[in-house]
Amino acid sequence: MNIHEYQGKQLFRDAGVPVLDGVHCTTVEDALAAYDNLGSKVVAVKSQIHAGGRGKGNLYCPETGELQMEGGVKIAFSREEVETYSTNILGHILVTKQTGEEGKLVHNLYVESGCDIAHEYYLAMLVDREAKSILIMASTEGGMDIEEVAESNPEAIHKIWIDPNSGLLPFQSRNLGTALGLEGGALKSFTKMLSKLHSVFIANDCSMVEINPLVKTGDDGIIALDAKVGFDSNAEFRHKDWDDMRDMGEEDEAEIRASEAGLSYVKLDGNIGCLVNGAGLAMATMDVIKLKGGDPANFLDVGGGANEEQVTTAFSIILEDPNVKGILVNIFGGIMRCDIIARGVIAAVENLGLEVPLVVRLAGTNVDEGKAILAESTLNIHPADDLASGAQRIVELIGGGE
Amino acid sequence: MSVWINEDAKVIVQGITGRQGLFHATKMAEYGTNLVGGCTPGKGGQTVDLGVREVPVWDSVEDAIKATDADASVVYVPPPFAAGAIMEAAEAFDRIKGEGVIICITEGIPTLDMVKAVAYVDDRPGIRLIGPNCPGIITPGDTGGAKIGIMPGHIHAKGRIGIVSKSGTLTYEAVAQTMSINEGQSTCIGIGGDPVNGTGFIDCLAAFQADSQTEAIVMIGEIGGSAEEEAAAWAKENVTKPIVGFVAGATAPPGKRMGHAGAIISGGKGTAAEKFAAFEEAGIYVARDPSEIGAVLKTALEQAGLL
Repeated sequence: MNIHEYQGKQLFRDAGVPVLDGVHCTTVEDALAAYDNLGSKVVAVKSQIHAGGRGKGNLYCPETGELQMEGGVKIAFSREEVETYSTNILGHILVTKQTGEEGKLVHNLYVESGCDIAHEYYLAMLVDREAKSILIMASTEGGMDIEEVAESNPEAIHKIWIDPNSGLLPFQSRNLGTALGLEGGALKSFTKMLSKLHSVFIANDCSMVEINPLVKTGDDGIIALDAKVGFDSNAEFRHKDWDDMRDMGEEDEAEIRASEAGLSYVKLDGNIGCLVNGAGLAMATMDVIKLKGGDPANFLDVGGGANEEQVTTAFSIILEDPNVKGILVNIFGGIMRCDIIARGVIAAVENLGLEVPLVVRLAGTNVDEGKAILAESTLNIHPADDLASGAQRIVELIGGGE
Repeated sequence: MSVWINEDAKVIVQGITGRQGLFHATKMAEYGTNLVGGCTPGKGGQTVDLGVREVPVWDSVEDAIKATDADASVVYVPPPFAAGAIMEAAEAFDRIKGEGVIICITEGIPTLDMVKAVAYVDDRPGIRLIGPNCPGIITPGDTGGAKIGIMPGHIHAKGRIGIVSKSGTLTYEAVAQTMSINEGQSTCIGIGGDPVNGTGFIDCLAAFQADSQTEAIVMIGEIGGSAEEEAAAWAKENVTKPIVGFVAGATAPPGKRMGHAGAIISGGKGTAAEKFAAFEEAGIYVARDPSEIGAVLKTALEQAGLL
């Protein structure tokens, strides 16, 4: 789960990680009031969406599709500029290289005081899967994509790993700061900031914190000028405050409904709906459809012990996608029994009045009972014995493939 | 021989009185697993009925191991308490026996909890953690065997193929593929789909290489991370037995978590294409289509003079 910059900065502020004064706004009036109250001659007017690349993105009018303004993050030198920029941002669609062509409608704005920047750095904290520990990554090339830096100038990236038993140690922070060329007061500000940021990461079960840029000010201060914060969804049970930070507008409606029903769903661009048990098998099912010349419309994992209701919900989510021309059900019963899934499929088809072809492949626990139930039904269900023939069949039925 | 878990390994269940724990403990006992008891804090002294027999419940893992001399513990504890359960088992096995295998089935454990738990286990060299978020480990026997986890026992048979996989149901598919060419399994290990886990691919490959019963290996990966690439590079230098490899997620879009917490292509890294390329580079027999694992395995066995 991701949150907005203004929310991340509030977490930082509460924990003592230095950030500038700023105000979250949802209207142009808010933005003007924020400008008046901040008392800073220069302010940044920043679009709030979860995707990155906002500064280099463009804003478009949702009705006409015409370009409204270049740049989703603007520096305003007057009240009039704040008005212009916030008018051009709010209610418009921001397209960045991370949003895809359709972009994101901007509902939120952050107006932030300016500051005197001496140098920009990059800083990120994340869980390193291979090292099985928290990794802190920093570079002197602030404001640039870390992927680009990794490509063009890998020696500019410095890394430290945190031993889970001892936590972040002072010498590690000092070494990282020194590697960035910091000294004196700036080095002290950096190590203090890093230790607080590490506390934010742990206390909030973050999966990632990225600050790009982190800046050194003229008077040796270190300030987080950006805040990209992601939480580990597995830890949601111990963070009641996450609900208030969740922006439903940033999440796919079908994906939310699926997750509420205990299903895992990701929409794709193809036309063959998939309903599978298990994440690995669900991915493999998509892969085989592609190999047979088809195009999967979604990833959908019904989990280990789905009931009839969940199967019905799964079908209804798949069918809401107007691109779906056929459905492949692929179940390898372990905990899940094939007879239960067969009954669920029949109930779902009857409830929803399925009009597209349906291929069902069952294997594993109680497979014979499951197949018998499908065979007895008068519904138009095509059985398949294995994954390859099931995928082949659905591709043929919708008239695709080779 | 087999890997880590022998056919007659003594197994305890953490969370045996819970709904999941009791259901799977019953299935494990039914399969023939030497399930000797379990533990749930506050329920010590009770017994639970597993259908084929009743087994005792202890308050702690320590009590259970002392009473049964268990070789392995399987964790069915809910996510908020699972990492704690792993560490309890690690400490108990280490103190009492100096060795032990912990299998954690639980899905949805916070990543930072696992960072802590894995470090705790790694500090105790005799202790092995398998999982979390995995189907478990199974060593099929001549009759029965040791099934420690949630996989359907009846699809397996004793044989010479070692299987290691990040996925659950896709592992069952791989098992079915070996059976389709009349090959059974030595041991099947689900290492789980979480970003931070215990035993990895390389540990499993090393164990299969050293195991006399295993003659060929099937390795099933997923998008995300670089464990497959590292395992392939390691195998090239260290494994002489034929390996068949598949990676799920060739059609997965970048930046989207595909069910498993670890299955995500981030910053353009962790794609199936990279992993398949690493497999090929290491001389691993590649199945691009999981329903061809059986056929590719057959070719691999033939070329190795094993058929």
